[in-house]
Amino acid sequence: MKILVTVKRVPDPNSTIKVKPDGSGIVTEGLKYVINPFDEIAIEEGLRIKERLAGTEVVLASIGEKAAQEQLRTGLAMGADRAVLILADGALDSLAVARILQKVVENEKPDLVLMGKQAIDDDSNQAGQMLAELLGWPQATFASKVELDSGQNRVTVVREVDGGLETVRMPLPAIITADLRLNEPRYASLPGIMKARKKELKEIPLAELGVDANPKLKLLRVDPPPKRQAGRKVSSVQELVHLLHTEAKVI
Amino acid sequence: MGDVLVFAEHQRGKFPKTTLVAIHASKEAAAKIGGGCCAALLGAGIDALAHELAEYGLKVYAVDDPALEHYVADAYAAALGQLAKEKGASLVLATATAVGKDLMPRVAVRLGAGMASDVIAIEGPNTYKRPMWAGNAVATVQLEGDIQVVTVRGTAFDAAKKDGKGSIEKATVNIDASARKMQFVEFAETKSDRPVLTEASIVVSGGRGLKSAENFTKVLEPLVDVLGAAMGATRAAVDAGYVPNDLQVGQTGKVVAPELYIAVGISGAIQHLAGMKDSKVIVAINKDEEAPIFQVADYGLVADLFKAVPELTEEIRKLKQA
Ligand SMILES: Cc1cc2nc3c(=O)[nH]c(=O)nc-3n(C[C@H](O)[C@H](O)[C@H](O)COP(=O)(O)OP(=O)(O)OC[C@H]3O[C@@H](n4cnc5c(N)ncnc54)[C@H](O)[C@@H]3O)c2cc1C
Ligand SMILES: Nc1ncnc2c1ncn2[C@@H]1O[C@H](COP(=O)(O)O)[C@@H](O)[C@H]1O
Repeated sequence: MKILVTVKRVPDPNSTIKVKPDGSGIVTEGLKYVINPFDEIAIEEGLRIKERLAGTEVVLASIGEKAAQEQLRTGLAMGADRAVLILADGALDSLAVARILQKVVENEKPDLVLMGKQAIDDDSNQAGQMLAELLGWPQATFASKVELDSGQNRVTVVREVDGGLETVRMPLPAIITADLRLNEPRYASLPGIMKARKKELKEIPLAELGVDANPKLKLLRVDPPPKRQAGRKVSSVQELVHLLHTEAKVI
Repeated sequence: MGDVLVFAEHQRGKFPKTTLVAIHASKEAAAKIGGGCCAALLGAGIDALAHELAEYGLKVYAVDDPALEHYVADAYAAALGQLAKEKGASLVLATATAVGKDLMPRVAVRLGAGMASDVIAIEGPNTYKRPMWAGNAVATVQLEGDIQVVTVRGTAFDAAKKDGKGSIEKATVNIDASARKMQFVEFAETKSDRPVLTEASIVVSGGRGLKSAENFTKVLEPLVDVLGAAMGATRAAVDAGYVPNDLQVGQTGKVVAPELYIAVGISGAIQHLAGMKDSKVIVAINKDEEAPIFQVADYGLVADLFKAVPELTEEIRKLKQA
């Protein structure tokens, strides 16, 4: 079985994001970058399948600047076998990402593509679904449990949806996007980090793929969100109830 | 200019509030960019739903097909994409529910369209506002092309009201074999008699501070119920198994904006704030006076929740009886 896992380099979710005064984007100086947390979960799921099924190969793919090597190396240190980095500097939307990934899939021919449900920088939640449609593949987004059939040609997935959990079944090849509860990703071990240095990390300039990666979604400007004023502290439960009743009039 | 086509999601024979929000947003979009507003209703055995939908003053395209009995992304995308093309829609819109998020990117690909997710304002033709970076920034984005796909945030628009006599047109679609691979197996509903989280006017959420599932039941639920509220939670509380997954409020969970949001034992991480900071009135109960949640709270009570919440429940009960 061959599994492709997509990895996006994003600002650490614990970092403070500030909008640039000119509205052209966010301040990137001094930001720490990590693997998109949902992609980390996708990697872990790939590795767990590999541990169960001998002969499974886990290949990572990222699109972005050269610096994304760092995140791919981390994924290799977790246990993935090799990585591909599509070098692209310009702005991409999820559709462009999906088109590029379509090429990667055509080259790699995986049986399963594991992705994150959303990138925590653009918060789009689109690329996995778009890739599935481009390929004419089935998809299971927001996965919280993945079970491969013994014949390895079908997969059953439990999904986190509104009001409960939904189960879907689909033939391979397929796309699965990870939700938070799918697993708890492992840390890279020291031997893992040593080994990762020798694993293959292939860089391919976007131009070589011959895909139309022009974004249809353009970022015109960004503004800080409207700021909410902190209210007041109350000293007792009685005071709180009184104010909610007479001042805020919500109870 | 073509029409705005709204995807009318239904769940177990009903239109949730989020669908009414999509209708409202579609009418607003049509008013701003020109063209009419029509609705796509997909499913099997949907006559009653079609009539109800038409009462919102829409032209309803009803696609009644056994292959659409259960929602699955591939078949639904094929059907909605085909309908949008045939009817010459220039904007296809849905609310960013679990189904909306799952479906609309596929529809965008079918239409060769760009897509904006979680839109909070329609600025004009092609231009939208949407939050990014966990709500740390509001982006103004533009979609290129003659046809566009958008999901809107359920809290950012009003719900449509039944205000007109629409019409119903039965439509058929041809769902190709490649779009029939997904199979719905089952839906395990989180049973609850409480209001739906995204529809409630009061939400009481608990965090890691509650320390156990048992405390959610014993300490938080009485407060939830005396207020007739919906219950929410942080990721930390869900991850710890205190409450079901679909109660998570935040950047990667549900977005709510009730009249009153009470945060109990919640620190106020940016990912949580992203899902509740547009609530009208926010109350925070936390024993740490430095907790960031107090920076967005209208009323903050620095207290041990295990003492304060039962007291609060009792005071509200008294008030309601008075
Ligand atoms: C990719 C990603 C996505 C995420 N998405 C979400 C999301 O959608 N929603 C979300 O909520 N989080 C999300 N998070 C997690 C978020 O960063 C925080 O970790 C989480 O919100 C913290 O939950 P908490 O406030 O319950 O716990 P904590 O931060 O541990 O806070 C517990 C609070 O309880 C208080 N407390 C403890 N005991 C008492 C007591 N006896 N009385 C009163 N107060 C008490 C403490 O003072 C503390 O402030 C996400 C994180 C990542 C990385
Ligand atoms: N530049 C990228 N490189 C690799 N994977 C990506 C990239 N952008 C998005 N993805 C994948 O697509 C998922 C959804 O992204 P998005 O549609 O941007 O929210 C992410 O979790 C990643 O797995």
